Amino acid sequence: MLPIVLLSVFGIALLFLGFLKSKAVLLPAALLFLIITLGVNFLDWNKTYLYFNDMLRTNNLSMVFTAIMLGSAFMVVALSSSFINDESAQPAEYYALILFSLVGAVMMVSFENLIMLFVGVEILSVAMYVLTGSDKKNLRSNEAALKYFLMGAFATGIMLFGMALLYGATGSFTIAGLAAYTDHPQTGLSLLIYVGLLMLLIGLLFKVSAAPFHFWTPDVYDGAPTIFTAFMSTVVKTAGFAALFRLLSVSFGGVYTFWWTILAIITALTLVAGNITAVYQTSFKRMMAYSSISHAGYLLIGLSSLGTQTKQAIVFYSLAYSVATIAAFGVLILVSQQRSTQTITSEGILTENFDAFNGLARQNPLLGFAMTVSMLSLAGIPLTAGFWGKFYMFSTAVERGQIWLLVVAVLMSAVGIYYYFRVIIAMYFRDGATEPIRVAPFFQYVLLGAIILTIGLGIAPGLLQGLF
Amino acid sequence: MQPTQDVLIPEVIQQIPLTYYLILSTALFVIGIIGVLTRRNAIIIFMSIELMLNAVNLLLIAFSSYRSDSSGQVFVFFIMAVAAAEVSVGLAIIVMIYRNTRSIDVGLLNKLKW
Repeated sequence: MLPIVLLSVFGIALLFLGFLKSKAVLLPAALLFLIITLGVNFLDWNKTYLYFNDMLRTNNLSMVFTAIMLGSAFMVVALSSSFINDESAQPAEYYALILFSLVGAVMMVSFENLIMLFVGVEILSVAMYVLTGSDKKNLRSNEAALKYFLMGAFATGIMLFGMALLYGATGSFTIAGLAAYTDHPQTGLSLLIYVGLLMLLIGLLFKVSAAPFHFWTPDVYDGAPTIFTAFMSTVVKTAGFAALFRLLSVSFGGVYTFWWTILAIITALTLVAGNITAVYQTSFKRMMAYSSISHAGYLLIGLSSLGTQTKQAIVFYSLAYSVATIAAFGVLILVSQQRSTQTITSEGILTENFDAFNGLARQNPLLGFAMTVSMLSLAGIPLTAGFWGKFYMFSTAVERGQIWLLVVAVLMSAVGIYYYFRVIIAMYFRDGATEPIRVAPFFQYVLLGAIILTIGLGIAPGLLQGLF
Repeated sequence: MQPTQDVLIPEVIQQIPLTYYLILSTALFVIGIIGVLTRRNAIIIFMSIELMLNAVNLLLIAFSSYRSDSSGQVFVFFIMAVAAAEVSVGLAIIVMIYRNTRSIDVGLLNKLKW
C-alpha cells in the first residue's frame, strides 16, 4: 500500500518545505510528489494484495481509480500557480492537505473493511472542510465551510448508524463477511440489514451529492475557492463512486432486488434536479455545481443497473468527467482573476457569470478551445470522451432492461446541451473585453493535456478497455 | 440477532434485552437529528451531531457485547478518534466565522443562494 504511505510522508515533507522563505519551490515539489506516487501506484499491477490485517485490498480496479484521482490532483495542483502571488495564501498547507485528503481517497477505493471506508471518508472530508474555508476573510468561503462541515458530519452520523446496524445483523465489518451473509441468509434477511444498507447508502450518496441529498453542493461549490471546487468535484466524486461500486457489487450484489428500485429513483431524481436547476443559473460556477450533480446522476445509472459493464463504465465516465471539469474550472480561474476589474459590481461576484466569458475565444483561442472541448465532453457530444462515457453508462441500463431510466437520462442530456452551449455561445458570438488574458505556461500544458486526453479518448475509447 | 451461544456472555449484560439498547440508541440518534434540523446555533447543531455519533457508539458496544466480538468496540475507538479530529476542525471553522460576523447563528449565513 505504498501510495498511502508515500502520500502521508510527502504531505509532512511539504509542510516542512513551507518553512522555506521561497514559496516557489512548493508547486514543483507537490507536482513531483504526485508523479512519484502515481508511478509507484502501478507497482502492484495485475496482482491482488491484502494489506494491514485484511483492511485494504488493492487490485487493478482500485489502482485505476487511484491513478484517476492522483492525475486529477496533479492537474488541479498545476492550475494553482496563483497562490505564489497571493499574500494571504498558505500554499504549503494547501498542498499538504490535498495530499492528505488523497490518502483518504485511496483508502475509499481500496477498502476491505467498513472501518477503512469510514476512516477514508473522514480523512477526505475533514481535509475538504478546511480547504473550503481556506479563504478566511471571505464570508462566502466561511459560509460554505460551515455548511459543508455541518452537513458532512450529519451525513457521517447517518452512515455510521447504518454500519452499526449492518454489524448487528451480520457480526462482521468486512465486505467479504457482509457478502457471505447476504448471499446465503440462514433465516431470511433481518430488517436490520435493510435499514442499515439504506442509511449507509444515504451517507455515501450525500458525499457524491445525489438528490435529494444535494442541497449543500451548489452553496459549497460556489463559496469555496475555485481551485478547491475543481478538486472537490472530481476527486471526491470519483472516490465516492468507487466506494459505492465496491460496496454494492461485492457486499450487496446478492440483494440487488432490494436496493435497485430505491437507487433507480434516486438516479432519476438526481438527473432531473441537477439538469433542470442548472438551466436557471446565471453564475458559471454555480452552473458547474449543478452540472456535477447531474453527472452524479449519470454515474448512478451504472450503479442502479449493476452489471458486467458497470465497472468499465464508471472508470471511463469518471475519467472523462474529471478531465473536462478540471479544464473548465481552470479557464474559469483565469477569467475570474483577470477580468475582475472589468465586470465588478456591488456584489463583486459577477466575474463568475456567463457574461465574463463574452468574446473570450477571439482574444484567447486556446482558452476558448479548451473550454469548448470540455463543455462538449460534459454535454456528451461525439468525438469527445464524454460521449463514450454516457454511451457506456446507457448500455449498462439497456443490459438491465431499465428503459424508463434510459429515457429520463437521454431527455436530461438534451437539457444539458442547452446550458453547456451557453458558455460556447458567449465565448464565440458575443462581444466582450478586448484585452487578452495572460496564461501561465503551466496552465497551457494542463489545458493542452486535457484537450488531448478528451479528444483522444473520444476518438479511441478502446484504449482503456481490457486494462483492468 | 440471537447472541452466539458458544461464548459465554456475562449475565449482567443479558439482563437487559438487546432490543432495549437498539431502541435507546435509536431514540438518542433521532433526538440528534431533530436537533440538527431545528436549532440555529452552530454550537448546538454541533452538539446534536456528537449525540448522533455517541448513539452509534452505544449501539456498536451493545452489539459487540452480545456477540462477544471485539471488532465493534475497536470501531468505537476509531469513531471517537475521528470525531475528536472533526470537532477540532469544526470549532476552528466556527471561530473563523465568529471573527468575521460576531455571531454563530447559522441563519445569518445567507450569502449563498440559488
